[in-house]
Amino acid sequence: MSSDAMAIRNVEVESLPLVETLHGWLTTVDHKRLGILYIAYALLFLVIAGIEALIIRIQLMHSHNDFVSPQVFNRMFTMHGTTMIFFVAMPILFGFANYLVPLMIGARDMAFPRLNAFSFWLSAFGGFLLYFSFLGGSGLYGAGNAPDVGWWSYAPLTARAFSPGHSSDYWTLSLLVSGFGSIGTAINILATILCLRCPGMKLNRMPLLVWLNLVMAGMVLIAITPLSAAQIMLLIDRYLGGHFFDAQAGGSAVLWMHFFWIFGHPEVYVLIIPCFAFMSEIIPVFSRKPIFGYPVMVAATVCIGFVSLSVWAHHMFTVGMNSYANSFFTITTMAVGVPTGIKIFNWIGTMWGGRIQFKTPMLFSIGFLFQFLIAGLTGIMMAAAPFDWQLSLSYFVVAHFHYVIVGGILFALFAAFYYWYPKMTGRMLSERLGKWHFWLFLIGFHLTFTVMHIPGLLGMPRRIYTYEPGRGWDTLNLIITIGAFIQAVAILVFVANLVISYFKGDKAGNDPWDAWTLEWSTSSPPPAYNFATVPVVASRRPLWDQKHPEDPDSRYD
Amino acid sequence: MSAITTLFPGTPGAWSLPHRGKVAMASLIIAESAIFTIFVVAYLIYVGKSLTGPTPREVLETPIFFTICLLSSSLTIHFAGKFLERDKRGAFLALWSFTIVLGALFLFGTGREWHRLIYEHGLTISTNLFGTTYYSLVGLHAFHVTAGMVMLCIVLIFGLAGRVGVEQSARVEVLSMYWHFVDVVWVVVFTVVYVLGR
Amino acid sequence: MKQMTETTQKAHWGMVLGRAAIVVLLAGIPFAAGLCATNPGGDNAVPNIFQPQSTPADSIKQLSDFVLAITGMIFVVVFSLLIYAVIKFRQRAGTADREPAQVYGSTQIELAWTIIPILIVVVLFLATARVIHAVQDAPKPATAIEITAIGHQYWWEFRYPGLGIVTANELHIPVSDPALPTPTFLKLLSADTDHSFWIPQLAGKTDLIPNHPNSMWMDPHRTGIFLGQCAQYCGTQHAKMLLRVSVDSPKDFGAWVRAQQKPAIQDEKVIAGRRVFETTACINCHAVGGSAANGRFGPDLTHLMSRETIASGAAENTKENLRLWIQKPDAIKPGSLMPAMQLNDEDLDALVNYLETLQ
Ligand code: HEA
Ligand code: HEA
Ligand code: HEC
Ligand code: CUA
Ligand SMILES: [Cu+2]
Repeated sequence: MSSDAMAIRNVEVESLPLVETLHGWLTTVDHKRLGILYIAYALLFLVIAGIEALIIRIQLMHSHNDFVSPQVFNRMFTMHGTTMIFFVAMPILFGFANYLVPLMIGARDMAFPRLNAFSFWLSAFGGFLLYFSFLGGSGLYGAGNAPDVGWWSYAPLTARAFSPGHSSDYWTLSLLVSGFGSIGTAINILATILCLRCPGMKLNRMPLLVWLNLVMAGMVLIAITPLSAAQIMLLIDRYLGGHFFDAQAGGSAVLWMHFFWIFGHPEVYVLIIPCFAFMSEIIPVFSRKPIFGYPVMVAATVCIGFVSLSVWAHHMFTVGMNSYANSFFTITTMAVGVPTGIKIFNWIGTMWGGRIQFKTPMLFSIGFLFQFLIAGLTGIMMAAAPFDWQLSLSYFVVAHFHYVIVGGILFALFAAFYYWYPKMTGRMLSERLGKWHFWLFLIGFHLTFTVMHIPGLLGMPRRIYTYEPGRGWDTLNLIITIGAFIQAVAILVFVANLVISYFKGDKAGNDPWDAWTLEWSTSSPPPAYNFATVPVVASRRPLWDQKHPEDPDSRYD
Repeated sequence: MSAITTLFPGTPGAWSLPHRGKVAMASLIIAESAIFTIFVVAYLIYVGKSLTGPTPREVLETPIFFTICLLSSSLTIHFAGKFLERDKRGAFLALWSFTIVLGALFLFGTGREWHRLIYEHGLTISTNLFGTTYYSLVGLHAFHVTAGMVMLCIVLIFGLAGRVGVEQSARVEVLSMYWHFVDVVWVVVFTVVYVLGR
Repeated sequence: MKQMTETTQKAHWGMVLGRAAIVVLLAGIPFAAGLCATNPGGDNAVPNIFQPQSTPADSIKQLSDFVLAITGMIFVVVFSLLIYAVIKFRQRAGTADREPAQVYGSTQIELAWTIIPILIVVVLFLATARVIHAVQDAPKPATAIEITAIGHQYWWEFRYPGLGIVTANELHIPVSDPALPTPTFLKLLSADTDHSFWIPQLAGKTDLIPNHPNSMWMDPHRTGIFLGQCAQYCGTQHAKMLLRVSVDSPKDFGAWVRAQQKPAIQDEKVIAGRRVFETTACINCHAVGGSAANGRFGPDLTHLMSRETIASGAAENTKENLRLWIQKPDAIKPGSLMPAMQLNDEDLDALVNYLETLQ
């Protein structure tokens, strides 16, 4: 191990007065700072939307509970879903992409630093606009009013007749604004990856994380935009008296569904692909082996990207499509399982014959593999259209997507936090608190979301603020609620870990995990310019080559 | 830190990467195409679904002249760019201004058509489905033309101030990519609204 | 080096906990299966999708069993591989300082785990397409009962065009004898927002969407009450838009039809209540056959007392509940579109007495 040979002096940052530090953060165009801003902002919203989830869970703890009124409950799940998808998952993944992509391709910043800052502030503004609806939602008429139309905002619930006041407008405008931010970031990521790679970093030598973020950015371009277009139409309907989704004037409510899911389905892959990216970096390092089948991993991702553009109507099996359309969307949806399976197998292939170290990032990665497997299989069940006629709109769906989103995305994100936090702050996260976090969250997660499948099978629809006793749903819901609180405790442990380790954590050094990609070749945290001299690479694992001159990857390249 | 470079074995030969402005504009065009696709699809789905009149057949007139204006502006901007590359600033400025004039003519044409539809036929965005989809689609395009015009004008002002030279040629080319895209979209909108939709 | 062994030890504890978690999880699956197979709430109180009582629900269940078996097998195989890898290839005390063999991939293996899933997908698709076709494209026999179901914000309207019946919230259909099938075909419409008709034991759900007529069918194999509820979010009281389907024997169904076809009973003893009904806003929204009331915004009340529940299942149809409902609907169903009628006690009693005669 040659970590001494390449020791880099830490750049000492002079401490500035608080105001100036803040000013520096607010006006920054540095990709690393913007990355951290994205992440911090998303964590804030994770806690807010998580508290909304807890309110939902308290209300559903037993039948005929009246902890909150139906109106409040409906606002809670709308805000929970919207916030989690658009202001937690999206920004946090953009944050990691922002931070890591330039470092991993040996660049000094993103292609358009100022566009980068602008995009971030657009997204941030969107989030605050959404929450301002609590105050401004019903305009001058009365008390505050957040949107209560569900995160899909199906027509005609959003029509003026069914949604007076401004609550739906806040929903529309905030997503429109943050959507433009996302498109800006996606353009930036694409341009950075295509135009700023360091010498020698050919496309087939890019770390998988970079590849997958490239695919993700490409998908954002074609997936977020349909939502923006549909939002513009909705605004035209609401403000200019248009009839796009107005059934009374011959418009169609189903058209909105199509437009929403043409966005909505690719969107969930936009969220999961960066998580695949984390797995593809973390699993190899803790298995001490290179990723198994790199070209196939790239091909499978691109394939998922393309196929996922043609599966959207699997969210609409119950809206009365004819049997040919139902069959078509069944086969395309199931087809996505093949490239996704390849990825799972390749990760297991990476672990196979390796020397697995159970550090916290790896624990979360194994949790990811296990849960994503189950989540994907419940997805396949719902892809069988007739089965979905029963499962759709029930708690089974809610269980499926929390399995992918919490069991998959959140687990992958936690892995990423434990893995890259040392790079970002120069301190290790505590392994002891990390283990606590992992096991508590695992238990809470399964109590909540594994159990949640069952009420779905027993006929419990989603988005109901209360339910009748005697249907066999009571006990199950109680268990689910308990699980949610265990998750909350686990997240508190996590937040505590972030804070405590920032001050008291072990010093990380440049390369605490003995890893192989470029970000570990510079100091932790990296200086503003990332690399003093732009690196030159000759293989996919530049640091491996450097540490093993006797057997470098470049030999096989 | 400089040690790093030498530690990676093997140095590549020539290392050239695409121009970031062009890549970004290409990405933007992809994104914009997706937006337009959605509006076009909505237009096509609602053709003939209006419950009340007026219908496209009754009120639309094909804007041949203004279409020719817009399409030829693609040529003028292309050659303007070529002249700039060869540092012929005078020719560049002339063609650039001509492009702006053609664009303005097109916008004038759209304005006149809207005026006619609103005041003679009483067709507004809230009249029926045709009005809703027509004004949104054509309006979205006109908005893009306007945005392009603003940028063209900014370049013209800088050009007149003598600040646009060969060095800016790559940037000017990025802008003309956008302008070509706006033209291509018009071909689609034209086909959909004035040919298929009647 | 010392630090390494320590981590390995911690990893060992991790493994123990991990195994415990896995055992719990695996035990959970049969537990769940058991829960779905039994019926904790008694007769049909639990609308369990694995206890179908009609052909479409039954076809779906058979497909579900098949899909569950296949995905279950995939789970067991992949999960075993994962667990084997995690246990077998974990870092052990002696191996900490050696890098394992660096393997970059293997075309054969990768080809295998591409092709096998493709085959599985094809099989799953064929099985699915068969059921889609069988359920969606089933021919309508001449003996079928036709019903139009209209979703309203938080209640159901049912019309039997062939029989001249209009009723609300509680659907009556005949049991279907395989020898002489009398399936029920529903035409699904909506008066306002989207809703979804879902009786898990009789059929999968289908949405009711304005300006987008849908259809579905079911042929119940046995009599009884079947529960379900609106499944598509439709506004504030989506939760209390419950559904009750009463599957009757042919004889009972015939009797029910005859009773429903009669106009409302005109009982002179409750003329006072009737006057209240006809002079308050009630008739703007409610219809009573054979009287001046022909509003269509709320449920038809002609045979109100033939229903076991009011406000689409939100409360039992008792005198007290009726009284409470008219005085203060929000106490039973906050956010429902029936306004509180602000009547004095005397009028209210008269009115409820009148409603009680609408057999
Ligand atoms: C990150 C998010 C994410 C991901 C990755 C997925 C992945 C998948 N999802 Fe999911 N899904 C959501 C998020 C996600 N989903 C959300 C948020 C909703 C609901 C939104 C709402 O209603 O509010 C939803 C809803 C949803 C529905 C609609 C249900 C309904 O409302 O009626 C369907 C139906 O087909 C579905 C299917 C699938 C499938 C087939 C996959 C596949 O991609 C899974 C592929 C993976 C595997 C199959 C496992 C691994 C593969 C192997 C081991 C190989 C062998 C396997 C086979 C040969 C089958 N999803
Ligand atoms: C990124 C996406 C994401 C994430 C992470 C989550 C996380 C969680 N979700 Fe969410 N959910 C959605 C996306 C997500 N959800 C979407 C899209 C919908 C659909 C909305 C719709 O129907 O329109 C939905 C709907 C939804 C429902 C269904 C509502 C309904 O249909 O009526 C439920 C019910 O249980 C639920 C629960 C939870 C829980 C318990 C968590 C937990 O994992 C949350 C854990 C986090 C915390 C608990 C926060 C930590 C809190 C602290 C550290 C502070 C501690 C403070 C106190 C204890 C006071 N979610
Ligand atoms: C503004 C319209 C409106 C007026 C006026 C109105 N109702 Fe209603 N009524 C409704 C609606 C809507 C429902 C269905 C509510 C639900 O289930 O969510 C309903 C439900 C009912 C029900 C329950 C019916 C059932 O089968 O479940 C009764 C009984 C009833 N109303 C009686 C009355 C009486 C008596 C009056 C007058 C004193 C009255 N209503 C006035 C709209 C109205
Ligand atoms: Cu009607 Cu939900
Ligand atoms: Cu989907």
